[in-house]
Amino acid sequence: MVTARAFDTKISALYKAGKIFGGVFLGRGHEAIAAAEGVFLHKGQDVYAPFIREQAGRCAWGDSVLESARAYFGSASGLMRGRDGNVHWGNPAEGTPAPISHLGAGVAVVGGAMLAKRMKGQTGCVGLACVGDGTTSVGAFQEAANMIAVQKLPVVIVISNNQFAYSTPNSQEFACKSLTDRGIGYGYTVHECDGTDFLSTLQTMGQAIASARTGEGPQWVVANTLRMCGHGEHDDSCYIPQELKDAYADRDPLAVASRQLRELGWITEDEDAALAAECAEEVQRCVAQAQKEAPPAPASENWVATSWNPEHEEQ
Amino acid sequence: MSVTYIDAIRQAMTELLEEDPAVFLMGEDIAGKFGGAFKATKGLDARFPGRVLNAPIAEDAIMGMGIGAALEGMKPILEMQFADFGILALNQMGNNAGAHYYRTGIPLNLTLRMPCGGTPAGGPYHSQCPESLFAHFPGLHVFTPATVADAYFMLKEAVRIPDPVVFMEHKFLYRWLKADSWIDPEPLPVGSVRIARPGRDATVVAFSAMVPEALQAAELLQRECGYELEVVDLRCIKPLDVGGILGSVARTGRLLVVSEDFPWGGVAAEVISAVTTEGFHLLDAPPLRITAPDTPIPYHPDLWKAHRPGAAKIAQTARYLITL
Repeated sequence: MVTARAFDTKISALYKAGKIFGGVFLGRGHEAIAAAEGVFLHKGQDVYAPFIREQAGRCAWGDSVLESARAYFGSASGLMRGRDGNVHWGNPAEGTPAPISHLGAGVAVVGGAMLAKRMKGQTGCVGLACVGDGTTSVGAFQEAANMIAVQKLPVVIVISNNQFAYSTPNSQEFACKSLTDRGIGYGYTVHECDGTDFLSTLQTMGQAIASARTGEGPQWVVANTLRMCGHGEHDDSCYIPQELKDAYADRDPLAVASRQLRELGWITEDEDAALAAECAEEVQRCVAQAQKEAPPAPASENWVATSWNPEHEEQ
Repeated sequence: MSVTYIDAIRQAMTELLEEDPAVFLMGEDIAGKFGGAFKATKGLDARFPGRVLNAPIAEDAIMGMGIGAALEGMKPILEMQFADFGILALNQMGNNAGAHYYRTGIPLNLTLRMPCGGTPAGGPYHSQCPESLFAHFPGLHVFTPATVADAYFMLKEAVRIPDPVVFMEHKFLYRWLKADSWIDPEPLPVGSVRIARPGRDATVVAFSAMVPEALQAAELLQRECGYELEVVDLRCIKPLDVGGILGSVARTGRLLVVSEDFPWGGVAAEVISAVTTEGFHLLDAPPLRITAPDTPIPYHPDLWKAHRPGAAKIAQTARYLITL
């Protein structure tokens, strides 16, 4: 969480300095939810489909912020090699599909991966798909959510309800009382938590992931929070009422986590400060490396979109 | 023994399921006793339990699930029931599966079976040939078999090839097209056109159900006026074997392209564009095309027959082309 926040802060500053090519999307307000996802998943066994506000989840899952930095800079050494960028990166070989921009499209992909694992006889694995409140309106999401439930796959769908789909508030996005209602309708076991409350989010997510892992069928988690930034850094979030922002002023997930851990005696103020410094240094190092790496070379780009072609065949 | 185009498709799937444990089938109504809207998967569920999966009516999710399964090393063959409904999976096809290899360097081995094309009284939404829509997106191969042997061979190739392949199987050909066997002892590689009938006076490029129509037209024209049409079966519209097409045009100097699809931005336009830009000097006359009119496909069989390009129109247009 701390690394993710440091990374977001750094990338935002670089964006404002004009050093980033396209958009920048932060996870402010989502860190506890994302971290709770990543921390209960096992790289190499599970499938994790983060979307645009899951930097903390990527860190907890075990991916270096170097890959995130490479994606933003379009480094030729990065997983997407400058062919895609910003938050649209994945490492499918290690269980993180590369997300596309179309909301909800990744949910069926996670379902399909879990279906394949079941066919191959792999047990005890979980697939987790991240979506937002707005995504629950998308047809692709609803088709996938239904199909996963019909197939009784070990999938956890996490809906981070940050109250705004870009600028659209919940009241203009859905008419059901709670997004948990949708999960009940599809036949999921539903969970809900305050996504700004670190310990309670950990508990809820841990339980949902464990249930999916032990064969209790698909799980539906609604984690409530507020997006504590714009949709992207180009967006001043003027549509979020000031009273709402004020109401969340002391609910920043990082501050809450720090407070909770200090109250439990698991961390001291000094250790907390040392952690922040260590994470900031790691971010600094990774961003500097990504910035130094060679960009993709248009002259040597092969412009080939398939692995097979008839010419290769004849050779 | 006589076998049909759909027998060849079923045989290819049977062998693929036998040969490779990574292959599985998924689609609407394909499992159980029913065996698919066209019975292409009849008997396969009983023979390969757990590997023929019924899906809810959710084309987008079927395709998305196929992508996820392919990421895990499986080789899904997805049936879209009707190509018209396959359009609902277009986002997953083009933006997700099609873009995947370029973005990540990881190919997705999946095959989409798209029962396509017009049949009498099929109407606007059970008749379309949206192959150019699928071919538009980078990263998808699009196969359009026109013979029993190609239906068998190219479906097996579609699964052997590690990329997403859209397999356009024509519903009119399912039971109408027959052959002694689905085996061609020396099949042409995918990506090469087939000279379905050699000729010297004009090249007629066709694919899918338009190949038998073009062959009939060639027969008609030879009988009526002694003209020899060379019929080129594209077999695969993407990648397009431009060299093979140019080879034929070089022999005849005249080009007519036939497509069952709507005219705008279709395969016929693409073929003519390729030939005029790369082989303008080979042409002795302006290239022509025959497509369906730019309207939805009508329901009444008489209207449908008039809408669909057929042998008579091909013969008439070819005769005109030869006089130019």
